[in-house]
Amino acid sequence: MKETASKDLLRIEDLHVSFAVHGQLNEVVKGISLRVPAGRTVALVGESGSGKTVISQSVMGLLPRNGVVHGGRILFADPAKEGKVIDIAALDRDGKKIRHLRGGRIGMIFQEPMSSLSPVHTIGDQIQEALQLHRPHPRKEARAVTEEMLRLVGFRNPHHSYDQYPFELSGGLRQRAMLAMALICRPALLIADEPTTALDVTIQAQVLKLMKELQSEMGMAILLITHDLGVVANMADEVVVVYRGRVMEAGTVDDIFRHPRHPYLKALLKASPDFDMAEGERLVALREVPPTAPPADLRHEPVLRAAPTPLLNVRNLRKTYGSKHGASIVAVEDVSFDILRGQCFGLVGESGSGKTTVGNMIMRARSADSGSVIFNDRTGPVDVLALQDEELRTFRPRMQMIFQDPVSSLSPRMTVLDIIREPMIVQGRGTDAEQKKRAVELMECVGLDPRFLSRYPHSFSGGQRQRIGIARALALNPDLIICDEPVSALDVSVQAQVLNLLKDLQASLGLTYLFVSHNLAVVHYMAEQIAVMARGRIVEIGPREALFRRPAHPYTRALLKAVPLPDLDRKLDFDVAFTGGASDPASWPEEFRATAPGSLEMIDLGGGHFVLADRACTARDVTAA
Amino acid sequence: MLLRYILRRILIMVPTLLVTSALIFTVMELPPSDYFETLQAEMAAQGEHADTSRIEFLKREYGFDRPPVERYFRWIGGFVRGDFGYSFEYEMPVRDLVGERLGLTILVSFSTILLTWLVAFPIGIYSATHPYSWGDYGLTFVGLLGIAVPHFLLALITMYFANVWFGLSIGGLMDPIYFNEPMSWAKVQSILAHLWIPVIIIGAGGTGTMVRAIRANLLDELQKQYYVTAKAKGLPPGKALVKYPLRMSLNFFVSNIGDILPTVVSGSELTAVVLSLQTTGPLLLRALQSQDMYLAGSFLLFLSCLTVIGVLISDIALAFLDPRIRLQGGSLK
Repeated sequence: MKETASKDLLRIEDLHVSFAVHGQLNEVVKGISLRVPAGRTVALVGESGSGKTVISQSVMGLLPRNGVVHGGRILFADPAKEGKVIDIAALDRDGKKIRHLRGGRIGMIFQEPMSSLSPVHTIGDQIQEALQLHRPHPRKEARAVTEEMLRLVGFRNPHHSYDQYPFELSGGLRQRAMLAMALICRPALLIADEPTTALDVTIQAQVLKLMKELQSEMGMAILLITHDLGVVANMADEVVVVYRGRVMEAGTVDDIFRHPRHPYLKALLKASPDFDMAEGERLVALREVPPTAPPADLRHEPVLRAAPTPLLNVRNLRKTYGSKHGASIVAVEDVSFDILRGQCFGLVGESGSGKTTVGNMIMRARSADSGSVIFNDRTGPVDVLALQDEELRTFRPRMQMIFQDPVSSLSPRMTVLDIIREPMIVQGRGTDAEQKKRAVELMECVGLDPRFLSRYPHSFSGGQRQRIGIARALALNPDLIICDEPVSALDVSVQAQVLNLLKDLQASLGLTYLFVSHNLAVVHYMAEQIAVMARGRIVEIGPREALFRRPAHPYTRALLKAVPLPDLDRKLDFDVAFTGGASDPASWPEEFRATAPGSLEMIDLGGGHFVLADRACTARDVTAA
Repeated sequence: MLLRYILRRILIMVPTLLVTSALIFTVMELPPSDYFETLQAEMAAQGEHADTSRIEFLKREYGFDRPPVERYFRWIGGFVRGDFGYSFEYEMPVRDLVGERLGLTILVSFSTILLTWLVAFPIGIYSATHPYSWGDYGLTFVGLLGIAVPHFLLALITMYFANVWFGLSIGGLMDPIYFNEPMSWAKVQSILAHLWIPVIIIGAGGTGTMVRAIRANLLDELQKQYYVTAKAKGLPPGKALVKYPLRMSLNFFVSNIGDILPTVVSGSELTAVVLSLQTTGPLLLRALQSQDMYLAGSFLLFLSCLTVIGVLISDIALAFLDPRIRLQGGSLK
C-alpha cells in the first residue's frame, strides 16, 4: 500500500466540497477519494451535476467564490521535488504557493476553447504568458519556445499563428492552442475538462491522439473529465465513476468495461447508442419516463409502412454567403433528397458542412439562392420556396422545428404555458380554454407534469427543457419536424430519454423527421435514410444499413472510423492519419475530387445507396477504392 | 488598412454634418416669425418707434429677403471661412461672442470627463470584485444619490451651504474681473480655483452612472471562462483582472465616448445657469428663447460636430482595442 502511495502524483482523500446558496451550504462533493498515478490517464466519468468539474476546480484551487472545501485532503506529490507532498486543499486560495502549481505544475484545458481564450489577445501572447510566469525567458527566446510548442501541438506555421487571434482559428486549432498553453511549462499533471465535447468527431480523434502523443513525450499524467464513455475507453488507464458527488465505482479500464458491477455504470453503458444496435432495439434510459398515449386529435392518419410516399422533395438547393467585395462562400451546393412520409431522414456532417443551413432553408428561415422544396400535401404538392406572405403563414404549421440549445431556445421570461401556447396564438387556433387544454395534453404527451405549466424554463433541467421544446413543436400538429441537433447539448442518460420520446411520438403520431446531427451513433439510432454532408454537398446518401456497413465515400469512412466506441476491443486506430481535415477534398482519392465544375455525379451503388464521385466512375470503381 | 478606414470615416463625416446642418437650419426656420419681427413687435408693444432703417439694413445684410435655401448656403459657406454669422441680440459676430466661452466649456467638459473616469474606475472595480459586500452597497448608495439628485439642485445646495457656512460666493468660473481679459497667470489661478466646484457637481451624476456600468460590465466579464483560464495559468488575481476582464470591459467605455462629449456639454446648461458659469450653455439657452438664429444654429452645429468627432474617436480607438472589429463593411445573412 505504501509503495503505491509514493508513486501517486495526485491523491484526493475524502474530499468534501459545498456551495453556499442563499445562505445554506449545499454539499456537492460528498467524500470522494481517488488517485492519479504519475504518467497515467485517469478518467473521471459522470453526468452533469455529478460533481466531476467541482473536483477538478478544487485541485486547481479555482472553485467559484461561494464554493468551500470543508473536508479531506488533496495531496500533490511533485516528481520534480522528490518526497515533498503538498496539500492543495490547505493552501491559500490565491496565494503564491498555489499559483506556482497552477499552470506551472498542473495545466488545465476546458470544454469550450473559444470562450476559454481571450478574444482580444493573440494566442502567442496568451501562451507565452504562462511560460513567462513560471519559466521566465528573454523576450526573443520566449517567442521561440512558444512557437516550438505551437509546432508540437500541430500548428503548421507556428511563426504566423503566434500572431493570430482565437477567432481566426478553427475549433480544433483553438483547442490545440489551449493544449499548448497548458503544457508549455511541462506540467506533471494535465486536467482536461471535457476537452473534446465541443469538437467534431474527426477533430476529436485528432485532439485525443495529440494528447496521447504529448503524454508519452512529456511523461505527464492526465485527469480526464468526460461523460463520453467512448473517449474513456480509448484514453484511460483507470476510471472513476461519480454520481451525485459520490464515487460509484473505480478501477482499471478493463475492470470497468468488462465487469461493470454498479447498476449506475451498467445503465450508463446501456444508455449510449452505438452502431451495433439492431433495428427496433431500444435505448435504456437511466430514468425512463413512461410514454403516455397522445390524444387522438394529434394523430395523423396511419402511415402505410409498406409503400411510403415522399413527403418532402428537396432538389438542387444552393446557398452562398458573401460580402459585396470579397469572394462568396458556397455554404450549400446542389443538395437533393427525399423524405418519406413517416420516416426519419438523418443529415450528418461536421460543423460548417451546411447541414443546419439546409434545415433553415427548408423552414424558410433563410432564403435559398436556387433549388426547390416540394411539400406533398394530401391535397397536392406545395412549392415551399415560392410561398408568399399569407400562404406562407398558413403553411407554417405543417413544418416545425426543435432546436439544439434547450436554454436559449426558450424565452426565460415566459411561463411554459405561454411558450407552448405561443404557436397557437400566432396561428389563431382555438379559444383561450382550448389552447390551455391542448397545452395540458401536450405536456402529458412529452412526459411532463401539466402542473408545471405555470413555471418558468429556469426551473427545469436540460432534458425537461428539450421536452418543452418538443411540446411547442407539436402544438400545431405538424407533419414534418426538423430536429437540429436536438440532443447534442444533453447528457448521455438524458439523451436516451429524449431520443426514445422522439421515437415514440413518431410512431404514435405518424410524424416525419428531418434529423440533423453530427453524432453518427445518434443518427444511426434514429434515421432510416441518411445523407452525409461535407463542404456544403451531400457526398453519400443511402439507407442506414448500407451506409454504415458499406460506406463508399472516404469522408464517410473517416467519420465512422473517428467515432470512439465504449468498447475496449474496438479502440480508435490512432495510427491512421487523422491529420488534416477529413472533409478536405485534397485528402480524398482522385475519383472523389472535382476536377472541373460539374465533374462529380451521384453514382448509384444499388438499393438507394448513392455516392458523389467522378461521373466517369462506375459503382465498382467506387466501392473498390 | 487602418489609415484607409480612418480616411473613409472622416470623409463620411462631411455629408453627415451637411445633413445635420440642413436639419438644424430647417428647425430654426420653422417658427412663423424671425428675430426682427419679434423685436419689432416687442418695441411696438413698449410704444417705442423701431429703427426701421437699421432693421431693413440688417435684413438685407443677412439676406433675409432671399429664399431660405440661399441663406442656408451662405450660412454654411461662412462656416468654412470661420464666419459663424451675427448675433442680433448681442449685436456682435457669433465668433467674438462665443470666443472664450467655447474654450471654457471645453475645459469644464474635459475636466468633468477626466474626473468621472478617475473616480469611477477604482470604485467600479472595487464594487465588481467585492460584490454584495458592505463596501459595494455603500458605494452603490452614494452613486445612486449622485444619479438621482439633479445637477442644478446639487449646485443650489452647494452654493447655499458655501455661503452660509464659509461665506463664500462660488458662482462663476473665475473672478468676474478677469472675464474677457487676456490670459494671465492670475487669471489661470482664478479659473483653477473656481473650476473644481462645477466639475464635481456636473460630474456627480455621470460618475454614479459610470460606476454602475463598470460594475455591471466587469461582473459579467469576471464570470467568463477566459478569466478562469488566466487564473489557471497561475496569474496573480490583480494582474489577471487587469489584463483580461478589465480590458474586455473597456470596450463599453470607448464606444461610449461618442455619447459623453455632447451629453457633458449640453447636459450642464442648467447647472451653468445656476452657477453663472461663463460657458456656452447659458448663451445657447438665451439664444433659443429669443430666436437669435445664427447664434443658436451655430451652437447646435458645434454640438453635432462634437458628437461626430466623439464617435470617430471611439470607433478608431475600438478598432485598435478589439481585433475582432472588421474594418471592412459587409453583410452576412
